[in-house]
Amino acid sequence: MRKVVRGFYSVAYAVKLCKPNIICAYPITPQTEIVENLALMYANGELENCKYITAESEFAAASILVGASAAGARTFTATCSQGLILMSEVLFNAAGMRLPIVIVNTNRALSAPLSIWNDLQDSMALRDAGIIQVYVENNQEAHDMVPQAYKIAEDKRVRLPFMICMDGYKLTHAYEPVDLLDQNVVDSFLPPYSPEVYLTTKKPVAFGCYAPPHIYMEFRVAMQRAMERAKEIMEKVFAEWAEVSGRNWGGHLEVVYPDSKNFVIAMGSIVGLLRKVVEELRNEGISVGLVKLRTFRPFPVQELRKSLENAEKIIVIDRSVSFGYEGNLSIELKSALYGMSPEVISFILGLGGRDVPKDFLKELVKNAILGKEKSGFRGFKEFEEVIP
Amino acid sequence: MRFFGRGHGACPGCGLAIAVRNILEALEGKCFVVNPTGCLEIISSQYGRNAWGVPYIHPLFDNAAAVACGISEALKVLGREDEGEVVVLAGDGATADIGLTLHGMFDRNHDVIYICLDNEAYQNTGHQQSALTPLGEATTTTPAGKLMLGKIGRKKDMVAIALAHGSPYVATSSAVLPADIRRKVKKAAKIEGAKYIQIHCPCVTGWGIDGKDVVKVGNLAIETALYPIVEFENGKLLTVRKVKERKPVEEYLKIQRRFRHLFTSPEGRKVIEEIQKIADENALRYGIDLKK
Repeated sequence: MRKVVRGFYSVAYAVKLCKPNIICAYPITPQTEIVENLALMYANGELENCKYITAESEFAAASILVGASAAGARTFTATCSQGLILMSEVLFNAAGMRLPIVIVNTNRALSAPLSIWNDLQDSMALRDAGIIQVYVENNQEAHDMVPQAYKIAEDKRVRLPFMICMDGYKLTHAYEPVDLLDQNVVDSFLPPYSPEVYLTTKKPVAFGCYAPPHIYMEFRVAMQRAMERAKEIMEKVFAEWAEVSGRNWGGHLEVVYPDSKNFVIAMGSIVGLLRKVVEELRNEGISVGLVKLRTFRPFPVQELRKSLENAEKIIVIDRSVSFGYEGNLSIELKSALYGMSPEVISFILGLGGRDVPKDFLKELVKNAILGKEKSGFRGFKEFEEVIP
Repeated sequence: MRFFGRGHGACPGCGLAIAVRNILEALEGKCFVVNPTGCLEIISSQYGRNAWGVPYIHPLFDNAAAVACGISEALKVLGREDEGEVVVLAGDGATADIGLTLHGMFDRNHDVIYICLDNEAYQNTGHQQSALTPLGEATTTTPAGKLMLGKIGRKKDMVAIALAHGSPYVATSSAVLPADIRRKVKKAAKIEGAKYIQIHCPCVTGWGIDGKDVVKVGNLAIETALYPIVEFENGKLLTVRKVKERKPVEEYLKIQRRFRHLFTSPEGRKVIEEIQKIADENALRYGIDLKK
């Protein structure tokens, strides 16, 4: 059913089709309309075997889902920015307890200064939590990713939280034509959640034991192995999805013009803009391709090395920064390409919703390819710092 | 010992262990335990030495109430409500200080029995002050010194907070009253909604008492009216444990190391007078004195 809907609805509708048992969230812009849509579905009795809970904070929302998930329920929440950071203590814990909670994070900048607008700083801060992170380019991909997220997270070989990252405003508020899935398509793809281990009086188990030094490390090694297994399982699920839905989003990466000399790499909605930039530059005779990174954790090292083995220059578009170092994606990419020798130029731009016009981006990429640019922040007004 | 105890590591005489055993036996093991970080978690949940015969989860220090809400709602949605009660077993710090999510549980009135095992400080980490530490107690973060004579201010009134939220069942008890604990837990289990029970649990190491004196000290807290044993249903005071001849608070204070400093200076004496005032107020508020 093809409809013009906002990003919020594309997510909410997909969540409904996945038949979650517990939905729990706390309002935060620009996420709120996702859970508002779900609340309305709940109020109208459209969500079967489901309870919608209004939590008193994101911290509580995530905690409620920890209890529900441990008890064997399929769970959902959406958040971003301060909300994600407030959840962080719980999410690290949920990953350690191997609870397959699905989260949609509508990427938003972090305070201070307060900003409700978009960048990727929030989810980057959760990089090391043990949560699978996938970034989507548009609202159809966000819609399609929800059932895939459950299938991957709930796989007994994985059992880790799954965070779908979609750009706040740029996607959440955008009206786009979205082919809304049929219930029977989702049902045929996603089995009901029936975990092997959960809290029950019929066979008591303990979650969240404490582990002295002689055993703690083994639990963390197990998480790493689960992430590594997830990498393979995700590829299979992505392929299965392409078959079931007729839409192939690629694997952990999508590579456009793989035989190029130069590449631009980015995550999220800015990839849409870069597709246009790359087309225009190629029309000018510049050999440039595009790498859309979909999976950020687990990080697809081998796939990136293979796709970029003949690259001479790689331009990284970052929308977050590790203060005191550089753009987060740039750090990850350089590490992944260790031992290879392409030139890597990284630009940090678009922070806090700063507009990134197409022509600006095109000039930047072009000049970088022509050797006229160095790494750093772009698209800000130079200013004099006043140090009192 | 079916539900709790296989090799738990509590100190001999620990009030927590007595209370927990009675709680679980009252529920006949038909319960889900949510236990935030603290003494109880440390003595019972080490990997490979799990002392629990019931489903158990230790999430974080600060989120037990919310986790319990999640379990309770999941059981309802999944049609497994009859498996048992959802019970939080939290310390006083996890309840009155860092337990951010307690008010949400009350507000939405989830079907949970929240039990605060009150040993009046962070005992697991070596006796630091919490909001339920009583006036004048010397802890490692409110030590008795030249200027300061232990904890300043009274215990946070969690009973009043629970009542203000409209909790359908609010009660206090003591580890030295096993029958009282069992009766109140059984009663709470029959009532739908977010229940709150606070149990006074003597701590041998933190309070500086001998294991054999736990019952004596616990009883003195009741007999001095410093720890009123009360029960409210739907906001109405239902029962109060009366005291025939109320004892002066000194009798309770002097046998515990945590209050010893109060007896060595005129300023300390003033604090004891303040503590006596708290006991008198409690007695009046709940009608604890049998003769009056």
